[in-house]
Amino acid sequence: MKILVCISHVPDTTTKVKFVDGDTKLDTNGIQWVINPWDELSLTRALELKDNASTGVSSVTVAHVGPATTEPTIRKALAIGADNAIRVNADPADAYFVAAQLAEVVKQEQFDIIMCGIESSDYNGSAVGSMLAEFLDIPSVSAVSGLNIENNEAIITREIDGGKETVTVPTPFVAIVQKGIAKEPRIAAMRGIMMARSKPIKVIEPVAIDPLTEYVKFELPKPRAACKFVDPENPKELITLLQNETKLI
Amino acid sequence: MSVLVYTENWDGKFKKLSYELVSYGSKVAEMLGTTTTAVTIGNVNDDELNTLGKYGADKVLCLQSENLKNLDSQLYTNAIAKVAQDEGSKVIVISNNNSGKSIAPRLSVKLKAALGSGVSQLPLSTSPFTVYKRTFSGAAFAHVVLKTDVKIITLTQNSFDIVENSKQVKVERVDFQTDAPKTVVKDVQKQTGKLLLTDAEIVVSGGRGMKSPDNWGPLEELAELLGGATACSRPVSDEGWRPHEEHTGQTGKIIAPNLYIAVGISGATQHIAGVSGSKYIVAINNDKTAPIFEVAQYGIVGDAQKVLPQLVEAVKEIKGK
Repeated sequence: MKILVCISHVPDTTTKVKFVDGDTKLDTNGIQWVINPWDELSLTRALELKDNASTGVSSVTVAHVGPATTEPTIRKALAIGADNAIRVNADPADAYFVAAQLAEVVKQEQFDIIMCGIESSDYNGSAVGSMLAEFLDIPSVSAVSGLNIENNEAIITREIDGGKETVTVPTPFVAIVQKGIAKEPRIAAMRGIMMARSKPIKVIEPVAIDPLTEYVKFELPKPRAACKFVDPENPKELITLLQNETKLI
Repeated sequence: MSVLVYTENWDGKFKKLSYELVSYGSKVAEMLGTTTTAVTIGNVNDDELNTLGKYGADKVLCLQSENLKNLDSQLYTNAIAKVAQDEGSKVIVISNNNSGKSIAPRLSVKLKAALGSGVSQLPLSTSPFTVYKRTFSGAAFAHVVLKTDVKIITLTQNSFDIVENSKQVKVERVDFQTDAPKTVVKDVQKQTGKLLLTDAEIVVSGGRGMKSPDNWGPLEELAELLGGATACSRPVSDEGWRPHEEHTGQTGKIIAPNLYIAVGISGATQHIAGVSGSKYIVAINNDKTAPIFEVAQYGIVGDAQKVLPQLVEAVKEIKGK
């Protein structure tokens, strides 16, 4: 089995985001870029599956849509243990554009399982994985918190509102992964970092796709009112305040 | 042209979330000068279907098929796409919950319709059609223009108040023909008798400051007295003190209750990212420099073990228990 993990390149969560050009664009100055946290969990699970010989997973490839400046993020995925990488040489215009490009990658090389994080921490669209599956006309399973391969069949745990289900789907399929799939992302060891330098990143040119959406303006959240402190010796006062001021209890 | 609202049902029942979606959809329909159609899949009785009229649905379609018993994202997408095309819907409204996230993006590709996901307000304008959505995990918001003729919106749970807007509703049942599902459900584990975290209007959440999984008793009692749900921060779920379904934060559940009570949670950026949509945040922490106090409207600098039992007593008093 071959696994493809789609990775996105996002600002580290602790980055204080700022915008430029009349609040129409992200200010990329001083941003620390990382692999999107859910994509990193996908990659971790894919590598765990490959490590277990009984699963029959032969390779883990990562795919990414982004310009050459995003290659350090791809190298990190290779250093963690991905076997090879594909980069579509384009600015990721919107989720529809990205999913269309990834669909071309999958059409060129066959994969059995395609894994995507449930959302990316920049535009929070929760869209690419399911869009990719629809472009390919293959099944997708969302909110996946468990993925195993037994007797050449994928056994998937998905979260539903109010519980969990164990499901199976035929390959190829897209697994849209959330927390629970793997515990801690792997840390690249020095050997992995050295090996990653010689692993290939295949660069392919994008297909012409018009994005369907346009981000025209960003704004920062309105500041909340200053915190009203209650004397810790009299916590009951808090309940009175919540009752009188918020009317919620 | 109509606005189409996909209203999920749970074993034949609608939840507050469904009424939020219909209320939202009917307001969008007003903005566009059109009607609202709600569509649901499964076995739902007439009384239940009629309740959607109370929140502004002009028409309710109930699709029935053995093949649609469980969520299969392809089949559900095809079904909703067919209804949208038959109804000539220009805007499709879906919840931004697990099932909504599995359907809406597929529908966007199928109908070549722009998707505005995780929207938290009515559109800022209908020409150009511009929605307001959370970005950078709550650190910013964006104005997004949906450029296609048909638009899809996924609405964040608890972000839009239910508005009564009674309509003379027309209910239709449709025997829906589909292929066999590819997603086969082997086992279901339902969480019973417990309020879902994503549905809760009040959430009481504990962090590492709770010191031990054995100390959760008063926190759970407070949540129960307030009619709320319990949650936790990431280190707590990573340590196995609480199940990971309770983890709120950037990689856990994103929630937007009316009241979020954070106990012994310092308020790391990743945690705030998951709860910043809450209307009110209360923080209880013994470190007065904890970042959670920067986003909280009410705070107590004190020891959770001492404060929680007193809060429980105070709520019991006002509830007359």
